[in-house]
Formats: sequence, C-alpha cells, structure tokens
Amino acid sequence: MTMRQHTSQEYEAELEAVRQKIFAMGRQVDHLLQMSGKALEQNDAELCKRILADDRNTDSMELDIDHLCLEILARRQPVAGDLRLLTSALKLVIDLERVGDMGVSIASRVLELGPEPPLVPYDDLQRMLITAREMLTEALGALETQDSERAIRAINKDEVVDAYYAQIFNNVLSRMRESPDNIHRATRVQAISKYIERIGDHATNIAERVIFILTSEDIRHTSRVHRSELS
Amino acid sequence: MESPSSHPSSPSNVPSEPANAAVSLHPAASVPAKKGEPVRSPKVEIRDLCFFYGKYKALHDVNLDIHDRQITAFIGPSGCGKSTLLRTLNRIYELYPGQRASGKIMLGGRNLLERADDVNLLRAKVGMVFQKPTPFPMSVHDNISFGVQLYERLSHSDMEARVQWALEKAALWEEVKDKLRQDGTALSGGQQQRLCIARAVAVKPDVLLLDEPASALDPISTQKIEQLITDLKKDYTIAIVTHNMQQAARVSDYTAFMYLGRLIEFGETKKLFMKPAQQQTEEYITGRFG
Repeated sequence: MTMRQHTSQEYEAELEAVRQKIFAMGRQVDHLLQMSGKALEQNDAELCKRILADDRNTDSMELDIDHLCLEILARRQPVAGDLRLLTSALKLVIDLERVGDMGVSIASRVLELGPEPPLVPYDDLQRMLITAREMLTEALGALETQDSERAIRAINKDEVVDAYYAQIFNNVLSRMRESPDNIHRATRVQAISKYIERIGDHATNIAERVIFILTSEDIRHTSRVHRSELS
Repeated sequence: MESPSSHPSSPSNVPSEPANAAVSLHPAASVPAKKGEPVRSPKVEIRDLCFFYGKYKALHDVNLDIHDRQITAFIGPSGCGKSTLLRTLNRIYELYPGQRASGKIMLGGRNLLERADDVNLLRAKVGMVFQKPTPFPMSVHDNISFGVQLYERLSHSDMEARVQWALEKAALWEEVKDKLRQDGTALSGGQQQRLCIARAVAVKPDVLLLDEPASALDPISTQKIEQLITDLKKDYTIAIVTHNMQQAARVSDYTAFMYLGRLIEFGETKKLFMKPAQQQTEEYITGRFG
C-alpha cells in the first residue's frame, strides 16, 4: 500500500535516509563479495589485500545507520511501520556487516591458498557465491520496491546455497582422504564454502526482517521450522 | 541493487530454483496467536450511536464495546468526534440546546440515552474529568464531600473516611492531608486535576471519563496522572480522550481511532500501535495526516 508522506518533512527525510543508507551498505557489501569472487577466480593477491583494507567502510556504515536509528527513536517515538523499519534496521545492519566480514574472510583464505593450482574446480564455489549474492540483492530489493514476494524468493534460495555447500564439502572431503598433501588447500576451500553458506543465512535473516517491515509478519522461526520439515 | 549475473548451470543435487516455496505469507506460515488471554466482558455497549449538533451529524453509527476495568483511549484529529462520543456517555450534551443522540449506550442492562433515566444518577455512575482542572471554589475537603452529599447520607466519620479514601485513590492524600481546609483552587495544576479525579471517584462511579486530563499539565504531573489512571483501572472502567498518541499507547489497553465522526479502527492498543489494520490509522498514528 502506498503511504502518504509524513506531515513533518524532516521526519520523512530521516526515515528515507535510513532506507538509503541500508541500500548503500548493501551495494558496498555486494561489491565486496563480487571482488572476493573475482580474487578467487583470478587468484589475485593484490585484490585480496585491497578487500581486507576496504572492510572499514562497511563497519563505519553500520555505525552510521545505528546512530541515525537511535536518534530517530529517541526524538520521534515512532510507531507501526516506522517503528518496524527502525528496529529492524538496527538488526539488519548487523547481518549486513557480518556478510561484509564473510567477504573479507573469503579474501583471506584466497591469500592463504596462494599460487597453488585449484584442488577442485572453483565453478561450484562461484555459482554458490552468485546465488548468495542474488539472495542479498533480492532481500534488499524487496525493501526498495516494497515487494515482500521478492524477500520470500530470497529465503527460498537458501536451500540452493545449502545444497552447494553439502556438495563442495563432500568433494573436498574426498580429496583430503586421497592424500594428506591436499589438506591445506581442502580446508581453505571448505572454509570459503562455509563463509558463503553463512552469507546465505545472513541474507535469509535480512529477508525475514524486510518481510516484517513490509507486512508486520514475523516469520523468523516459522520459516526455519518449515524448511527443516521439507528437507 | 542490481542482481548479480545468474549462474549458467547447477550441479545435479542442487535445485536451480526451489521446487516448492518453503516460505509463504499465508496464515499457516505465521506464528500462531497466543492462547489463554482473558476474554473481557463489555461494561458499556455502544450501538449505532449517532450524534447531532442541530442539523450537523457529528457521529455516524458508532458501534463499540468499552471493556470492564480496562482503559480505552479515543484518538483522532480535532473534530473527529472523540470528545463528542465521550460526552454522550453521561449525557452532558443535554446541557446545551439543539444537541441530541440516537442509538443505544447500554450500561448495566439499561440504555443510558433513554430520557426517563435520572441524569444526575447517571452522572454519579459515569464520572467525568475535563481537560482543564475545574475544582470548586471551596476547600479541598468540601470539593470531595460536596458531590457525595448529593447521593448519599453519610455520618461525619464516614464522610471523613470517604474524603480520605477518595484522595488516596487519586494519589493526593499525602500531599494535602495537612491542608484539607485550604482552598482547592490554591493547589498546583497537577494537584487540582488529581483533586477533580478524587471528586469523580468519591461517588464510586462505574465508569470514569477523562477528556484530555493531562494536556494542560507539565511532564511530571502528566506522569502522575498516567500512573493514577493505571492504578484506578483495578476498580474502574476508564475511557480517555487524548491528543497525545504516546499517552494513549502508554496507558490504554484498547484504542479507538476516529475520523470525521466515524470509528475507523478499534482494537488492542499494542496491536493498533504495532500493526494497525487500516491504512488511515497507520497514517494518523505515524504522523502522516491530522
């Protein structure tokens, strides 16, 4: 439903600033994930170092959104949809910041892999990362377009990410059994796939919070129970 | 955000798209409602209530239950009819020519709007406190005893006990017990308003109507009035009109949102302020109009 604007234009601008800062943080985190994927694909150590240095941007964005939400809560005493936006934003940025951390961790593991040839083809890792990024994009896009169906689509993609993780885990486990020489690279690849699996979980959290903002339905635990019943 | 480019293919055990939607917004997927919440009986049942200022219709077919020993807040922009509705509950509008109500307001099995009922007894049953403190120009003690004398014949000692009881109910006794013979109008604004609440409580009403009782008070006095309202809920059914939505959210159990003489939404306060059912309600309480 389309809401009228606030009588107070200043209040309206403050809420819009929260939304825009969340989208900007989402773009920043997605860019970081894209760079991590590129670093993995091209085994680019210099790019990995740049990603590690970039993480501070995400942290400062989280603090900025936190402070703005607290200020609005203190000054405006928001209710209903405005209250849901602000309280959810406070939680949502924690997930976004953690996704950023996962991107940095991927870059760290890529650095550790060094110039050695890939233990397994990285195609699945790349596809898994793309799916996790799609989840994030859909979750935040749902907030931008006020379309909760997009958030539901994001949540439902998590099982794709989980299936990739199970497959990659089994592959690297097989390679470790073949030779102890593979263990160093195998644990790094397994860690990267675990980071991406966690990105999927954080994107799911974000999508659930967006659904709460848009519809006031709190599906957090129902969705998990429902997923476990289907698996 | 733009979508990252889609992956060209997926491994055999990975579904390219989820086969079934694991999450939906249908009720089956939502958290079930909490069970065991008490079902409140209505103290006052308002049915098809209309109100007229001469030819102008100010209330349109209002239907509403005011629950026993609960606080019901009426909110809405100026002119929405919330004070008018409150004024029908003890027929105070009858003091003004050309004003009339139709429909039913049931209290204790009787329709309050029937003119055969004694309006003075009605106002003892349904007490009212106004926006501006209105102590009588007499002592603190007599402000309380004056109204009681109209309805009951009490001995001196019983009357003294009633005055103390009412002042204690209004959380004012400790502040005025040594100045009961002083003029009530000499008290502070907050104390005067609590004196008016004590005066209303002294005749032991069934229902207490509060028309913006704290809007002329400072924040500390407002907090005392709000605490008092919450305490009085144990014994009385309370209806409060307020322009302060945070006050409605803080003190009430149920909230009614009115607009242009119509009841737009009525429900539990926590639900109305978290998840209003009507867009008009959401727009009003979030400050988008009014």
